[in-house]
Amino acid sequence: MNKNILVFIDHFKGEAQAASWEAIAVGKTLVEGEGKVSALVLGHGVASLANTAFQYGADEVLLAESPTLEDYRPEPWADVIAQVAREHAPDVMIFPTTTRAKELAGMAAVDLETGVLVDVVNLIVENGTLIATRPIYAGKLLSTVKCEATPQIVTLRGRAFASPEPDAALSGTPTPVGVELAPDGIATSVVDYAKAESGISLKDANVIVSGGRGVSNNASLSPPADISEDEQEIWKAEQGFKLINELAAVLGAAVGASRAAVDANYIPYEHQVGQTGKVVSPNVYIACGISGAIQHLAGMRTSKVIVAINKDADAPIFKLARFGVVGDLFDILPPLIESFKESLG
Amino acid sequence: MKIVVCVKQVPDTAATMTVEEGKISWGDAQLIINPWDEYAVEAALNIAATHGAEVIVLSMGKEDETEAIKHALAMGANDAVLVTDPVLENLDNVATARILAKAIQKIGEVDLAIFGQQSVDTVTGLLPAQVARVLGWPALPLVSQFDAISPDEGTLRVKRALEEGKQIVDGKFPAVVSVTKDYGEPRYPSFMGIRKASRAKYPIWGLADLEMDAPKTVVFWSDVSAPPTREIVSEIIAGETPEEKAQNLVKKIMEEKVL
Repeated sequence: MNKNILVFIDHFKGEAQAASWEAIAVGKTLVEGEGKVSALVLGHGVASLANTAFQYGADEVLLAESPTLEDYRPEPWADVIAQVAREHAPDVMIFPTTTRAKELAGMAAVDLETGVLVDVVNLIVENGTLIATRPIYAGKLLSTVKCEATPQIVTLRGRAFASPEPDAALSGTPTPVGVELAPDGIATSVVDYAKAESGISLKDANVIVSGGRGVSNNASLSPPADISEDEQEIWKAEQGFKLINELAAVLGAAVGASRAAVDANYIPYEHQVGQTGKVVSPNVYIACGISGAIQHLAGMRTSKVIVAINKDADAPIFKLARFGVVGDLFDILPPLIESFKESLG
Repeated sequence: MKIVVCVKQVPDTAATMTVEEGKISWGDAQLIINPWDEYAVEAALNIAATHGAEVIVLSMGKEDETEAIKHALAMGANDAVLVTDPVLENLDNVATARILAKAIQKIGEVDLAIFGQQSVDTVTGLLPAQVARVLGWPALPLVSQFDAISPDEGTLRVKRALEEGKQIVDGKFPAVVSVTKDYGEPRYPSFMGIRKASRAKYPIWGLADLEMDAPKTVVFWSDVSAPPTREIVSEIIAGETPEEKAQNLVKKIMEEKVL
């Protein structure tokens, strides 16, 4: 029996989310018989992405281009995805677990009267049905789910599957998709963008350096006397996060934070790791001044090597840590930054 | 204006989750409103305070799953609806979206349906976009800020959080939005609010009230388990001075060959 796979390539103005390429690689493991892996690229002026999709091993690239699709908007994008799914009748549709792709997968499932297995970390096939493992309760538990309708739609968690290498020798000609959208029929319009704070995103990071409540806990610092107590605490925390940022810069790492640090306004919410923040899984996770509340551990427990730096030798974070340093982060981080600089050249 | 806020009851995020005989257990942990939904309620109440609106809480669950509704009412929502039916166990997202959409239609003349960004239990975050799709309303998930709302013109301008930054989008009512945590801290219920909520009476609707059959569910759970325990050999880094500890730590991390 043939099995066809449709992979959605998520991108922002032509910059792809890397998990899309992981999705092509997973698609290639699911294809059967004469079936093929088709990559679907939507947008306007994004033909170069089609080429990259070929290099990552797509057998076919369906390219849906239209000025109406220039900015991402859920409605017209979902319309095109449903249209393509009806024309090509794939057995499986794979999306990366990104903001856009997740919305689109959910909406496509409504249109196509099927279901979505979201944020999948492992996938096997039993009698033609995908059996997906996905974390629930922020990874405190794992559930096994399947979708008994066609197409089976899955979104794959980034970094949970092997990251493929592109092959520059591969190429192809994309297949244009006829897009029929009435621009007037769309109830939303994109006005502008505000760029994210520069820096490495938590989801993509190989290394994450995180700060917790402890970053404001440096008795030797003397904040300006003419500001309120709360402001003094935040001033101290800023000094702590300066060190964390410096270490992150040396390691090419993203900066994370515990909920306690975010709730105390030490750092914006987009840095929060944990059950009500981001769930991350880097190679190295360095927790500085984080005691390790269960909600935080849920968000980073699958990191490969966890390092904890904390004054309190009884902090729960040490139970999960491969390496622990009992000490004040303000004493440890400056020499740690220097040592890493030396080792990494 | 009329605003519907969708809320859900979940176990406390501090709970230790276990699996006993194939069933999920949170021990004696409290049941609470899904923490993300508090931001949705806060947004609804703020919009109502500025523009004048009725805020109706909508929840789906068993008849005794009232924590989320009570919390939202205690925060200041005007009214509530609970959708419950014996056949509503183990529904998938699309089926849930179809029921919520029907309930929103039955409430009637709704301008805005507001969700939290996801629930902390099943963590799919699909419902806002799916409910919008079923209703044929614009979906504006992951809103961190409402820049403008004009009830007279029936328009709104919001900031949406994408991976690459914020997308500023104009939309028209009726619309479905979900609210992220950086919208701003939700208020605590007042003492008066809690008293009022504990005595609140609200309609409970079954599928018959919604004039619909149970929608088809196609996603099934076959198993739930605790994640494999990791054998972590913890090592406390030795050293007389911070410098020595730092050097030893770098050496150990380099030996793991993960950088």
